[in-house]
Amino acid sequence: MSDLTIRGGRVLDPANGSDAIGDIAIADGRIAASAGGETIDATGLVVCPGFVDIHTHLREPGFEHKETIETGTQAAARGGFTTVCAMPNTEPPIDSAGAVEFVIKRAADTGVVRVLPIACVTKGRAGKQLAELAELANAGAVAFSDDGSPVADANLMRRALEYASMLATPIIDHCEDPALAAGGVLHEGWVSTRLGLRGVPAAAEETMIARNIALAEQTGSQVHLAHVSTAGSVALVRQAKARGIAVTAEVTPHHLALTHEAVLTGPGESGALFYDTNAKVNPPLRTPEDVAACVAGLIDGTIDCIATDHAPHATQDKFCEFDHAAFGISGLETALALSLTALDLETVIERLTIAPVRTLGLDRKLEGLGSLSRGAPGDVVLLDPNAEWTVEPELFASKGKNTPLTERTLRGLVVATIASGKVVWRA
Amino acid sequence: MRSHLGELRGRKVVIVGDIAHSRVARSNIWALTTAGADVTICAPPTLLPSGLGRNDAPSEEPLGLPHVTVQTDLDVAVQGADVVMALRLQKERMSAEGGSLLPSTREYATLYQLTEKRMARANTGALVMHPGPINEGVEISPAVASSLQSVIEEQVTNGVAVRMAVLYLLCHRRSE
Repeated sequence: MSDLTIRGGRVLDPANGSDAIGDIAIADGRIAASAGGETIDATGLVVCPGFVDIHTHLREPGFEHKETIETGTQAAARGGFTTVCAMPNTEPPIDSAGAVEFVIKRAADTGVVRVLPIACVTKGRAGKQLAELAELANAGAVAFSDDGSPVADANLMRRALEYASMLATPIIDHCEDPALAAGGVLHEGWVSTRLGLRGVPAAAEETMIARNIALAEQTGSQVHLAHVSTAGSVALVRQAKARGIAVTAEVTPHHLALTHEAVLTGPGESGALFYDTNAKVNPPLRTPEDVAACVAGLIDGTIDCIATDHAPHATQDKFCEFDHAAFGISGLETALALSLTALDLETVIERLTIAPVRTLGLDRKLEGLGSLSRGAPGDVVLLDPNAEWTVEPELFASKGKNTPLTERTLRGLVVATIASGKVVWRA
Repeated sequence: MRSHLGELRGRKVVIVGDIAHSRVARSNIWALTTAGADVTICAPPTLLPSGLGRNDAPSEEPLGLPHVTVQTDLDVAVQGADVVMALRLQKERMSAEGGSLLPSTREYATLYQLTEKRMARANTGALVMHPGPINEGVEISPAVASSLQSVIEEQVTNGVAVRMAVLYLLCHRRSE
């Protein structure tokens, strides 16, 4: 592992409350007081801890045509992420120690950034029977989730929360009432009516969030709410936190910056309207009021952190009728710039570094993760927050070119990413 | 409507029935508001699409939704109407698979059937329309469907001609 020194940048380290021009040294893959080796000039750039994404779909094993651990971690590096938590909705699902070990081994062999596996709550992600949670945690799972689906059975969710509490490993729930959301493909509102497509009401998310808050209170165990998207959800979480309930929440960059109108494109020359399946995502993009509530919730700490819900898909999964298109946005490579359209730099960096680490308690296993503290993992990212660039999905490292941001000009460029002391991306 | 009423601007047209699942209603809402008619849609809330009659959508074409009045009470909706159009009710709307949108056809008929008594609240000589096929005794009473005010058969006949014309134009254009 080579040593290096990053000189002259604005070092922004929210974990330690520091923001000053300075140097950062990495020796033996860890943040050090000084180091030899290569010197990187960071004058005029922001230097901060590598980003941590607690909600990434790497698709391997099973859906390697959409993404692999290799391409997904390369996309992470381009986006400034040095740690990604891989969701277990693969084929087979990550519901056994062997499957967890597979992800860890593939990441060691082919990944360019750190991959922390999330394992299933239930066997086969089928929502019927608890997976062997203790064995999964021992194998290296940092959290449990049936993401893509909720744990719909309230009693099973209760038992999962109780059981996981002895493992100090949080449960992440994808909050969606299956009956209320059935058949819906975008937010239920005027856009769904305009396009004649079935909507998902905000209440589909909010009823499940309300249930999870009640269960977190009942069990005293932490529940983490994935991709919160409605004003009602933010209000529920705010109220629960005020009452001291162990609930945490994340929001995606696209729910901070885009509304359901992103689904509409056109009008074309004929005056006809079109839809963009690349804006089909679950939970769906919502109204301007919902977006404003998510931003406000992230600022005031109701929502703990930003997570990408990076959901890469192949062209054929999206190039079809709206009802048949897959849900998801390829988000790792646009996360920083898209978040900066809604929030200031300091808030974005905090919510992408130490905040997600604390949300899932990742620093219990990896001391100093998400910070530039001495001895912390040598994960550093160099940013030019003012540089403008145009989104060109064909240049993505991800196999998933599915983004509604094609040809949009954004501000905020990842100039270089260093993972465990190794330069893994340079613009 | 034009052949019976002439100018549509300012005319009150009521569309009653399953608006949420109806292509007839959607086409008519756009066509009639474009022609300047004053459109009221009438249905129980479970059969109304989200956003219609609210003001959160942009009002300007082509993005927005046309302005319509939403009324769940048919007795109120038909007051002063120049045209009342009933829509066919599909049987599956009552089942759990169909979304549990209605308790029964019986209750629907009580609340939303176009009857002679209700038509008496509309303007004298108001047109009765229905795109067909009709469930007599559900969304419309047999007497109203065959009344002198009814133009249903003419509407259905014209519908065939319009479809033929649209298909012809599309094919013809393609060959140019």
